[in-house]
Amino acid sequence: MSDEQRFLDRLAERNAQRGDEPTWIAARRQAGAARFEALGFPHRRVEEWKYTDVRDIARNDFVLTENADFSPATAAALTLPLDAHRLTFVDGVFAPALSDLGSLPEGVQVLPLSRALEENHEAVGGPLGRLTGVDFSSFAALNTAFMEEGAVVRLAPRTVVDKPIVLQFLSRAGEQDVMSHPRILVEAGGRSEATLIEHHVGEAEAANFTNLVEEIILERGAILTHYKLQEAPLKDRHIASIHVEQARDSRYVSFNLNLGGGLVRNDLVSELNGEGAEAIYNGLFYGQGRQHVDNHTLVNHNAPRTFSRENYKGILDDRAHGVFNGKVIVKRDSQQIEAEQSNANLLLSDRAEIDTKPELEIYADDVKCAHGATTGQLDEEAIYALRTRGIDEQTARGLLTLAFAGEVMDRVDLDAVSERVELAVAGKLPERFNLAGLVETASAFSEE
Amino acid sequence: MLEVKDLHVTVEGSEILKGLNLTIGAGEVHALMGPNGAGKSTLSAVIAGKDGYEVTSGSITFEGRDVLEMEIEERAQAGLLLGFQYPVEIPGVKNIYLLKAALNAQRAARGEDEIPAPEFMKLVKEKVGFMKMDASFLQRAVNEGFSGGEKKRNEILQMLVLQPKLAMLDEIDSGLDIDAMKVVADGVNSLRGEDKGILLVTHYQRLLDYIVPDHVHVLVDGRIVKSGDADLARELESRGYDWVVEDSAA
Repeated sequence: MSDEQRFLDRLAERNAQRGDEPTWIAARRQAGAARFEALGFPHRRVEEWKYTDVRDIARNDFVLTENADFSPATAAALTLPLDAHRLTFVDGVFAPALSDLGSLPEGVQVLPLSRALEENHEAVGGPLGRLTGVDFSSFAALNTAFMEEGAVVRLAPRTVVDKPIVLQFLSRAGEQDVMSHPRILVEAGGRSEATLIEHHVGEAEAANFTNLVEEIILERGAILTHYKLQEAPLKDRHIASIHVEQARDSRYVSFNLNLGGGLVRNDLVSELNGEGAEAIYNGLFYGQGRQHVDNHTLVNHNAPRTFSRENYKGILDDRAHGVFNGKVIVKRDSQQIEAEQSNANLLLSDRAEIDTKPELEIYADDVKCAHGATTGQLDEEAIYALRTRGIDEQTARGLLTLAFAGEVMDRVDLDAVSERVELAVAGKLPERFNLAGLVETASAFSEE
Repeated sequence: MLEVKDLHVTVEGSEILKGLNLTIGAGEVHALMGPNGAGKSTLSAVIAGKDGYEVTSGSITFEGRDVLEMEIEERAQAGLLLGFQYPVEIPGVKNIYLLKAALNAQRAARGEDEIPAPEFMKLVKEKVGFMKMDASFLQRAVNEGFSGGEKKRNEILQMLVLQPKLAMLDEIDSGLDIDAMKVVADGVNSLRGEDKGILLVTHYQRLLDYIVPDHVHVLVDGRIVKSGDADLARELESRGYDWVVEDSAA
């Protein structure tokens, strides 16, 4: 039996258990399955997947689960300490007990996908799949075939959400490796404003597969800050396809922060469709052991006077492998656009590897575009300077590694997120030197 | 406290120090002078532990410990501190991080607890004020975008916080205007003490008007060829180095 057939058999089992569902969902499910079957899992001969081998996913026999049981104490330890509107999913299954939507302001909807479908499936069916169709990739097709849970976030025009909206995905350790195919739909009305935090985390021994599809629609003047804090267990596989459609004067700020996962692939695509639309991509990926982290980004400047700024930082230790592929396409007649892209990588070990590829395709003549990629090691002169002050070598390396991440992290204005990243990166350093204490002191001083 | 005996050092195959002897006792300020290329900076770099210097023979001991057997950070923790001629910029590492990490590393090496935050802040504020630096320097990345004079002040600030037993200052006067020189000299003078030593490495006598040394040594071609008191420095200022070089060759 082929790898693909095994997944299709799981789908057939699942479909047999399902009750009636709207015909459009059944039809898309079928289209997804057919497309997945035709495409098959991506092979490394395909340019888009040249550096990322997905056999660890394809050859595994993942099961689906329907229970969301999770130790509340463990969940509490994993949850970001933030006053937030929160939806929690355990291996893709909605967990009401770990969610908190008590005080949503007027004009804001945050719903599990299943509930949004129950309430008004047609309202979901319109936008769902419009940005990420089954042709995008085998994984998007697979997600469409299996979709049943996830989140729908809707903001009425001019709504400013008071607190961050957190979508928390917990990965659970168990006897069998589980797969989930969450689907996220965000519709932000004109001039609305919100912060969305997508947090992937779990039990250390978990080895599951998350295959996420996320569609974000920003109407005119809407502003969304989107944190994706991916600190999945180190054996988890994580595939995410994120599409953002931006109308005139909208602003999308992404913090794509990847610390965890054994096999990780993010596809982030923006469609800048109206003048004044702006996409800001901040990325950080940290890999250790044999982690593989692949970030593919694509910004389509479809309209004149659209702006994109992208800065991705990679830190790779041990035998970790990072991939960065950033593409910017300026369509014909998209004049006076500005696009900047940079990717800097830090290799902490001789055996770590980075493949970085910036790509620009410009079909307009009045544009300002710049891109660059660098790869280096820690500055040995700086390490020596720190050691001559009595700081041991490991700590010196840790401080400089944190400093490298700092350029992206300085822009994070949510302490709960930046502390998580700082401590995760520093905590992975052997014999770390109470960096948390140093952070406290530095901030205490500046507050005086 | 510091004893350097018959030290021979090669860099990339060529011998720079050719049998250097130097003893610094507690409470003493020594100035090491000499023409360019004599090996002045090599001595302090070898004592601090910089890579790329091969000690082919001789010894360095500090308070009875074999310095050449110690890690770079152990030397600093033991109280041997080098102030750089060209302080390195360390982007992204705040000055205050560096000061606290360094101070706590030293305390940990002595078996002491970390310094309590309020005590640390008080100490740092006092020293920043003494060096006539703005407190905003603490929140800036180490030496990043600092002028030459600011970098040198920052080196001395680190010394004041860490209170080395033996401070080695490599060309600390280079690139300083007269006002900055006075501030730096005041900083260095405040490091003097009965149980402390200072080694000033300098090309010019100017600095020694502000920090008066107990002993002056002239290094020529890898060896100390003449030693004396502060008067020797003044003589070098008026007569240059040539006569010492000629005397030593004779």
